[in-house]
Amino acid sequence: MTLLNIDNLHVKLEDEDRDIIRGLSLTVNPGEVHAIMGPNGSGKSTLSYVLAGREGYEVTEGSVTFKGEDLLEMSPDERAAKGVFLAFQYPIEIPGVATMQFLKVALNAQRKARGEKELSTPDFMRLVKDRAAKLNVSQDMLKRPVNVGFSGGEKKRAEILQMAVLEPSLCILDETDSGLDIDALRVVADGVNALRSPDRGMIVITHYQRLLDYIVPDFVHVLSKGRIVKSGDKSLALELEEKGYAEFTQDAA
Amino acid sequence: MADIETIALVKDIDVDKYKYGFTTDIESDYAPKGLNEDIVRFISDKKNEPAWMLEARLEAYRRWLQMDEPTWAKVHYPKIDFQDLYYYAAPKGSAAPKSLDEVDPKLLETYAKLGIPLKEQEILAGVRKQGEKSELDEEGNEYTSGKVAVDAVFDSVSVVTTFKAELAKAGVIFCSISEALREHPELVKKYLFSVVPQGDNYYAALNAAVFSDGSFVYVPPGVRCPMELSTYFRMNAKNTGQFERTLIIADKGSYVSYLEGCTAPTREESQLHAAVVELIAMDDAEIKYSTVQNWYPGDAEGKGGVYNFVTKRGDCRGSRSKISWTQVETGSAITWKYPSCILRGEESRGEFYSIAISNGRQQVDSGTKMIHLGKNTSSRIISKGIAAGRSDNTYRGLVSAHRKATNARNFTQCDSLLIGDKCGAHTVPYIEAKTSTAQFEHEATTSKISDDQMFYCMSRGLSQEEAVALIVNGFVRDVLQQLPMEFMAETQKLIGISLEGSVG
Ligand SMILES: Nc1ncnc2c1ncn2[C@@H]1O[C@H](COP(=O)(O)OP(=O)(O)OP(=O)(O)O)[C@@H](O)[C@H]1O
Ligand SMILES: [Mg+2]
Repeated sequence: MTLLNIDNLHVKLEDEDRDIIRGLSLTVNPGEVHAIMGPNGSGKSTLSYVLAGREGYEVTEGSVTFKGEDLLEMSPDERAAKGVFLAFQYPIEIPGVATMQFLKVALNAQRKARGEKELSTPDFMRLVKDRAAKLNVSQDMLKRPVNVGFSGGEKKRAEILQMAVLEPSLCILDETDSGLDIDALRVVADGVNALRSPDRGMIVITHYQRLLDYIVPDFVHVLSKGRIVKSGDKSLALELEEKGYAEFTQDAA
Repeated sequence: MADIETIALVKDIDVDKYKYGFTTDIESDYAPKGLNEDIVRFISDKKNEPAWMLEARLEAYRRWLQMDEPTWAKVHYPKIDFQDLYYYAAPKGSAAPKSLDEVDPKLLETYAKLGIPLKEQEILAGVRKQGEKSELDEEGNEYTSGKVAVDAVFDSVSVVTTFKAELAKAGVIFCSISEALREHPELVKKYLFSVVPQGDNYYAALNAAVFSDGSFVYVPPGVRCPMELSTYFRMNAKNTGQFERTLIIADKGSYVSYLEGCTAPTREESQLHAAVVELIAMDDAEIKYSTVQNWYPGDAEGKGGVYNFVTKRGDCRGSRSKISWTQVETGSAITWKYPSCILRGEESRGEFYSIAISNGRQQVDSGTKMIHLGKNTSSRIISKGIAAGRSDNTYRGLVSAHRKATNARNFTQCDSLLIGDKCGAHTVPYIEAKTSTAQFEHEATTSKISDDQMFYCMSRGLSQEEAVALIVNGFVRDVLQQLPMEFMAETQKLIGISLEGSVG
């Protein structure tokens, strides 16, 4: 079954008459990795927010189905429990809530929503320690409040840690590579690759072809002004790197 | 986009959500309705008190008659008809239970339902956990709780005190104040009213006249109290005021940690609660006093609920003594409460850590007073106010330094968090320094739960209510950590419960 099907999606801001997504269609099957590239302001983050269920946007046309169900009808927490995960471009700080505690509350909330048993503390600890080690996330970082005082790179690693612990079936990565140094990029890419599996789909939003050397996509899409103007395989990313967006975006205006 | 937009219209709190609202059907002895000198005599007589105590009560009553109800707090309520109340209600046959076996099973059941285990054997055998396992702390450790001795007060009387024998071995006296008046009159006489005198304020005077029970603690010199002490107050009888009085003395070089918890049934009528707590810390002694107050807050329209008018004061009488108040206030229709420290002894220290949550139509006016009298005294105030629904939440605090209190130091931090746009948070700090060497620092912030934080949490699978509870728990973390480990997990849950329905 198709994992995600976006059909002719139109999105405007709720309190402003401005269309941001303008007829976007995309199908993600289990096991596929789709990269989305595109100039600043083309609507990449907006798309990821709409998929995760953020308020403030209005869908004026089109549909989104996730595992055969109407995704747009679900609240953000229902989507999370069903397997949607968004690694934020700008992760949010939650003062006073230790990262470890946040992970536990989130995981158990999802398990509860799915009718599964809550994870016992020792099992949870084992899981987090294992995933944290793979992503070079220190114990100290796990004790610190969620994203508070984290460096840009640490925030991104923490997002991927959350993803690795929550094990979603659709991973949306919004510029996870920006702000990462070369070594961190490697570690994060390894973490993401470890999650690649035949039943999991990914949408990787990035500006840099470099990330796609590590996380090799099955498809690359160019987004411009709220529409996919070109799709191809991984060679499209190289082409973009060489020529810039201009050539692809002109006719989309 | 305004922060409040995701937090749509504020849903009013639902009475059903107050899970301690049940009534215990038990026969009680009442004093006749109303208040006069005969009622004062009736109460004193019921308790077999020494004559001086009756005289002190009558004096307090006469002073009370001359006083006016204070109106300066930012709270509004209909005038209380003090003649329309019962001032004494006691479950029949509860006068002087000697052991748990003699306690009415209905009462034991009530406390069990409230999660307060009174059966020592069960606790000792580990059958019943006391408190609950704490949530995971940041290191991922789990703490199982230690032993806690409980004094259970039901309406006007103490029904049982646990672990008395074990405490006695350490020389610690822990009993109801009625019992202390009979068994240790000299100690009570020496310290009672020495911190909060009979005529201190309107409600304190009323309490002095009619107080029915409460706890008494004496920790002898050099003794570290071997377990947490706690009192659990339960208001049950209808139209009955609860006036308990607690007196804790930590003698030289001793230490005690004490916790009180309170709940009341859901009733349409408002209930009056006017308690007094006096703490005395001698040289090098330390008292840690924690409160988890969860009296019935009233319904969505503000009907019913407890009027909580409380005077709590600690006297750091000795040098290097320390008193620390930690309070978690989630209940009551009206809270009027300012746990204070008189820093008399040189180098003494006072602390006040507060979490005050208001929802629905609750009104909270609470804070502290730090009165620096001695040299090199220091104090610290951390207050976290959370207002939701249509509630009003005021922090009112005084920090003062006497002329002789050279090098007095205070640090105050008041943070308010607003949930929705129909509630109010106010900070009213008073500062008076009569010595130029005093160093007082004050910081205050007001914030809202942001859309972004809510969305971030929900995108990780938390429901709206879970997200609010988590963010608020983070906001109050500094204060939460001051609570005895045994009560932390429970308190975190309570915070979640009291904010239910705060977002729509
Ligand atoms: N809440 C909002 N209010 C106002 N404008 C918005 C809002 N959300 C998105 N936009 C606008 O929509 C357009 C698309 O923004 P979006 O963040 O989706 O771009 P992006 O492709 O992720 O860009 P970048 O590469 O810079 O991250 C931009 O012009 C942006 O200003
Ligand atoms: Mg973006």
